[in-house]
Amino acid sequence: MSRAAARTLAVAESRRVGAYVLLSVEDPDCDAAAGQFSMLAAAHGWGEGEDGRPYLPRAVSLCARRGTRSLYLLEDVGPGTRLLCELPAGAGVRSLGPLGRPFRPPADGTRAVIVGGGIGVAPLVMLSETLADATVLLGFRDGARAEAAGLFARASVATDDGSVGHHGSAADLLDRELEGAPATVYACGPAALLEAVRARCESAGLACQLALEAPMACGFGACFGCVVPRRGGGYLRVCVDGPVFDGDVLEGVEELAGAAP
Amino acid sequence: MSTEFCGLELAHPVVNGSGTFDALAALGVFGATLAEDFPFAAYVSKTITLAPRDGNPPPRLWETAGGLINSIGLPNRGVEHYMAEELPRMTFTARDDGRARPVPVITNVMGASAAEITELLGRCEQADGVAAVELNVSCPNVTTGLDIGADPEVLGAVIEEVRPVLTKPLIVKLTPNTADVAACAAAAAGAGADAVSLINTLRAMALAPDGSGPWLGGRTGGLSGPAIRAVALAQVAEVCDAVAVPVVGMGGVQSARHAAALIAVGAQLVAVGTETFRDPAAPRRIAQGLRELAPIQRGPVPRRA
Repeated sequence: MSRAAARTLAVAESRRVGAYVLLSVEDPDCDAAAGQFSMLAAAHGWGEGEDGRPYLPRAVSLCARRGTRSLYLLEDVGPGTRLLCELPAGAGVRSLGPLGRPFRPPADGTRAVIVGGGIGVAPLVMLSETLADATVLLGFRDGARAEAAGLFARASVATDDGSVGHHGSAADLLDRELEGAPATVYACGPAALLEAVRARCESAGLACQLALEAPMACGFGACFGCVVPRRGGGYLRVCVDGPVFDGDVLEGVEELAGAAP
Repeated sequence: MSTEFCGLELAHPVVNGSGTFDALAALGVFGATLAEDFPFAAYVSKTITLAPRDGNPPPRLWETAGGLINSIGLPNRGVEHYMAEELPRMTFTARDDGRARPVPVITNVMGASAAEITELLGRCEQADGVAAVELNVSCPNVTTGLDIGADPEVLGAVIEEVRPVLTKPLIVKLTPNTADVAACAAAAAGAGADAVSLINTLRAMALAPDGSGPWLGGRTGGLSGPAIRAVALAQVAEVCDAVAVPVVGMGGVQSARHAAALIAVGAQLVAVGTETFRDPAAPRRIAQGLRELAPIQRGPVPRRA
């Protein structure tokens, strides 16, 4: 795992994957592990949008490495992600990374089960390539988002609207899966899904590793802005203590009210 | 390019704003080489209090037009932990045109009463690794509930009471959330402050997008970044006119040009904060840029007749 470094990179390719955009940047020096992230900003136009936003870079998980390229899966949810989604091939991207603590190997004697929801499937693509035998369970709001399942070699899919796969959530799929041999569960997705995974693993006595998302100013431990409650009191920084946490160090995973774009 | 500040020899005039750079976390992220080529000429610690503080509940950040509101709440593990576990690891070297200089540690402290501040200054006096102390006076007074730094009389009285404990330089970090920042600066200098630093963040607020209430866990927070740069320049200029002690200027500095403006109105040092969040190389870029700029005529800025 390499040290984090700031670089200006070029977009190699940008293509739609259903409701998402898969951004590929030429980044030969990146030695990221699954679960790590980069702080990304467009080299031009950042801070020049409506209302002077986006101002801060955006924390984005590594989705995969392909040769000398880093892949990022993006969803347009606000001024920062919109600008990143609209970058054409050849455009400049400022990147600081790789940052954060990656996913760790499964507990001894357990098989890996990977659970993802929505844009949270991004770091799980790389994880599923590292843990080739893992069972992959993915949930999406609708069919357009479920197209991201195609980034995985194989996956069971659920959709909220029932348009693809199981009509329900990825947590339903996990319930069936947990009846089998002991598992280490890896998850990334909406807070409700992470909390469902955490609670199920806790009651079943299984290890889980949860990749969290939080708005960040810096990504490298300086601003203390991205905290989540630690079990037993106090807070943990998502950027340097995570973003991947063992489920048992967290008090619970809560949705931020209103959700900042 | 080396700079003298309150008897400290610094490699260049760029330091960090308190609470905007966790050097020990940064060593873990960027590697130990950071310590040997530290981007700031002096390292200002985050605010240290007597007892540990968890900080405010999340959410703690809100992006604004050209800036950031934070309600971090000064999390720290208390002065005991700071002196035993953190300070001994803060050994850094800054370079200026190849010449290496040790990076003095300026410990930032905050207390809710003169007695608390006296105890904190006493600890700093005893610690060899502390070169100077910056006193954060943006703290509600335990008895009045008003910020100690918001009223010149209160501020002067507190500084006069605590000053004898410390032989090292004392920098008072002024609050901009006051009616008359120059009067506060004059009161601090008159009571024995060796320097003043400003501006701290401006009190600010954001509502949750769904309208359910304040977005930030601390209800209000402090605004920083380019959004406050013009306010900072005005307050720094006003304070430089009002006091003879050295001034550390800060607020929205993103480039050497912005730093030069603060120096032009009289600041001795310039602190970089929020810009480091966006670009950890910013302090290096700004110090380098200052070297390349023509020598800056230092204030006070002439007034129009």
